[in-house]
Amino acid sequence: MTTSYETREHDVLIIGAGGAGLRAAIEALAKGCSVGVVCKSLLGKAHTVMAEGGIAAAMCNVDTEDGWKPHFRDTMRGGKYLNNWRMAQLHAQEAPDRVRELEQWGALFDRTDKGAILQRAFGGHTYKRLCHVGDRTGLEMIRTLQDRGVQLGFDVYMECTVTRLLTDGGRVAGAFGYWRENGRFIVFKAKSVVIATGGIGKAWPVTSNSWEYTGDGMTLAYEAGAELMDMEFVQFHPTGMVWPPGVQGLLVTEAVRGEGGILRNKLGERFMEKYDPKRMELSTRDVVARSIYTEVKEGRGTEHGGAYLDISHKPADYVKKKLPSMYHQFKELADVDITKGPMEVGPTCHYVMGGIRVDAETAQSTLPGLFAAGEAAAGLHGSNRLGGNSLSDLLVFGRRAGMAAAEHAKRVSHAGLAASQIEEAEKELLAPFSNTGAESPYGVHRDLQKVMQSLVGIFRTEEDLKKAFEELEQLKARAAKASVEGSRLFNPGWHLARELKSLLTVSEAVALSALARAESRGAHSRIDFPNYDPVWEKKHNVIVREGTEMKRVESPVEPMPEDLKQFVMAD
Amino acid sequence: MPDATLRIFRGEGAAGGQAVDYKVPIAPGMVVLDALHYIQGHLAPDLAVRWNCKAAKCGSCSAEVNGRPRLTCKTRVDSLPMDQPIIVMPMKSFPRIKDLVTDVSWNYAVNKKIPAFRPQQNTDWKISQIDVDRVQEFRKCIECFLCQDVCHVLREHDDKKKFGGPRFFVRVAGLELHPLDALNRTALLKDDLGIGLCNITKCCTEVCPEDIHITDNAIIPLKERVVDQFYDPLTMLFRKVLGK
Repeated sequence: MTTSYETREHDVLIIGAGGAGLRAAIEALAKGCSVGVVCKSLLGKAHTVMAEGGIAAAMCNVDTEDGWKPHFRDTMRGGKYLNNWRMAQLHAQEAPDRVRELEQWGALFDRTDKGAILQRAFGGHTYKRLCHVGDRTGLEMIRTLQDRGVQLGFDVYMECTVTRLLTDGGRVAGAFGYWRENGRFIVFKAKSVVIATGGIGKAWPVTSNSWEYTGDGMTLAYEAGAELMDMEFVQFHPTGMVWPPGVQGLLVTEAVRGEGGILRNKLGERFMEKYDPKRMELSTRDVVARSIYTEVKEGRGTEHGGAYLDISHKPADYVKKKLPSMYHQFKELADVDITKGPMEVGPTCHYVMGGIRVDAETAQSTLPGLFAAGEAAAGLHGSNRLGGNSLSDLLVFGRRAGMAAAEHAKRVSHAGLAASQIEEAEKELLAPFSNTGAESPYGVHRDLQKVMQSLVGIFRTEEDLKKAFEELEQLKARAAKASVEGSRLFNPGWHLARELKSLLTVSEAVALSALARAESRGAHSRIDFPNYDPVWEKKHNVIVREGTEMKRVESPVEPMPEDLKQFVMAD
Repeated sequence: MPDATLRIFRGEGAAGGQAVDYKVPIAPGMVVLDALHYIQGHLAPDLAVRWNCKAAKCGSCSAEVNGRPRLTCKTRVDSLPMDQPIIVMPMKSFPRIKDLVTDVSWNYAVNKKIPAFRPQQNTDWKISQIDVDRVQEFRKCIECFLCQDVCHVLREHDDKKKFGGPRFFVRVAGLELHPLDALNRTALLKDDLGIGLCNITKCCTEVCPEDIHITDNAIIPLKERVVDQFYDPLTMLFRKVLGK
């Protein structure tokens, strides 16, 4: 049975239209390729739009002693040396040019007195490094990239979901997907495919991530035979809203602390003095998140189970000017005036450092013709990402992925599309309509989130992780039986049924890697192994598919060249 | 806390549909989008709703709540009268797809007509904060299209062929007032985007969730540019004399 589908052909197909996808598209277009961009939402709504604090780039506009090397060192130290050193180097070296480029395409950043791009302090960054637009830097970035892409002429497939990569003899041949609006199928023929689908936050209930963050891209790559890496490293941002319940997890930008915000417990103690007296509130995110969590667990939390974050000692006009969306967010959603009193905040699932394993220079995955950039890719951030290093990651490696994908497309001809793969993809997608039981995809999703929050959260133990596996097995069985009501027209229940598969795949990869890493490092904290283990400093967990089984293998961390190592390790 | 009743438009395509009532338990601080999610998760899994960030940053969840165009993620349930159903309808100015989801693709087509930023030559990229502030107001736009929904030129007269709508006047204002932009988009405003059709009733400004002063700060100054360039009597006289 082959139901009808339309076919589109591109040199380069990009899945995801956030910062990385759009930057990749712009580069591939500039190289003369025909480019298609597929996104689950409308153009301009991707998660990048929510980025608040800024883009980290050693422009040296405020702190002239900065440079690529200090940025590189901060990134490696923040990631606890599990980063791919070459990616961290390229990132630090190229980020300033990528920011200047945005400006040349029309982005308007806040300025210094001398009219240069202003830079602010952020956690883990030695110097003032984050180029920003108030606290809505992501919106400025996505709109700029969107306009540039439209001007250069890409084809955008909005509200379209890719559910399978098509392969031919060990290389990428295209992708299969469906239009969310009407449920019709679409097949893309492409010489290169770039995955820029972001992260996996929707596997947890308390998250700053939008519904799109279901790990689709990582699952697509994994199923097509590419490798995933460092999946145990999931970043819990220290400051999400904790009250009221409907906004729990909503991000409170690190810029609040960058601008001088102070954390206190219910006793009024500035508790970061205990955990990181040197860097205080501007310690790295893993440390601050664990500190807040510990304060709450030991009974010093606020009324709604968080910590107080206070910026009200700064002039009200300054707060409104530098943190306008935080001001409105708290005023409108929580009845709190942040110029007058403290916010209540607690950790929220925010980012995954792990993802598709890629080559540093080209962003190519272990599957020829398949590239990945941004949050969907692993390597740059090691075991913990510094704030501000994501937007720069999107630009630096989005561009590199687009460039390499274009070059690859010029070298090869289109591969063949296998009718059997398309048929299988159709069958799988339509299955929930034939399921007859009472299992709801929403119910399975809620239960998955409970499992991940309670068993695979900020602090982990062997016992919890083993239990998580049993629970995930049951959830997989339930997800396979999930049934949906209604038609194929814009049907969120049906969409979620497909996304469950991605969520379950990445959840298993996280749990499998977390169980193996018998140490605590960066965002991965094991209560039963609270210290660093020098053996684990030298290896990555890599997730591969063998038949239908998920397997974990280990791969050595690539050592830094001696001169860089000395620089990074020096005090 | 008591339950709230949400009366939601349900229907597919242009064929019409009907309002359906759903009872939703109220939690403190709940917004209308939370209630819609509760309905999806427990009562009507196929209820079509667009949303993304749930933080008023992406502009996806636009609808008409009790007759007013709003972001459902920013509309507190406790700000609405609880003794009557909360009525949630799709945006009226755009073709319906299903339930609360409308076809907003026309907006993307209009956007394509607008020439992007082109920097002046030989600039040193030094810009003062005052100049940035002026333009950032327009760049705050999250493209929720609520201004397009409420604008009577689009809502009552459906002049989509002749008129660009407030959203795109805001976009053009952001480009025209960019301190380093080298282009002039006045003819585009007059001919392709039909700015003359706007009679400044300020409805767009009232519904903007980003508090952009659309009429006063974007549309009126742009209208003035059009008048200066095309309708100024002296300039017209010069043109006639010079044959330009």
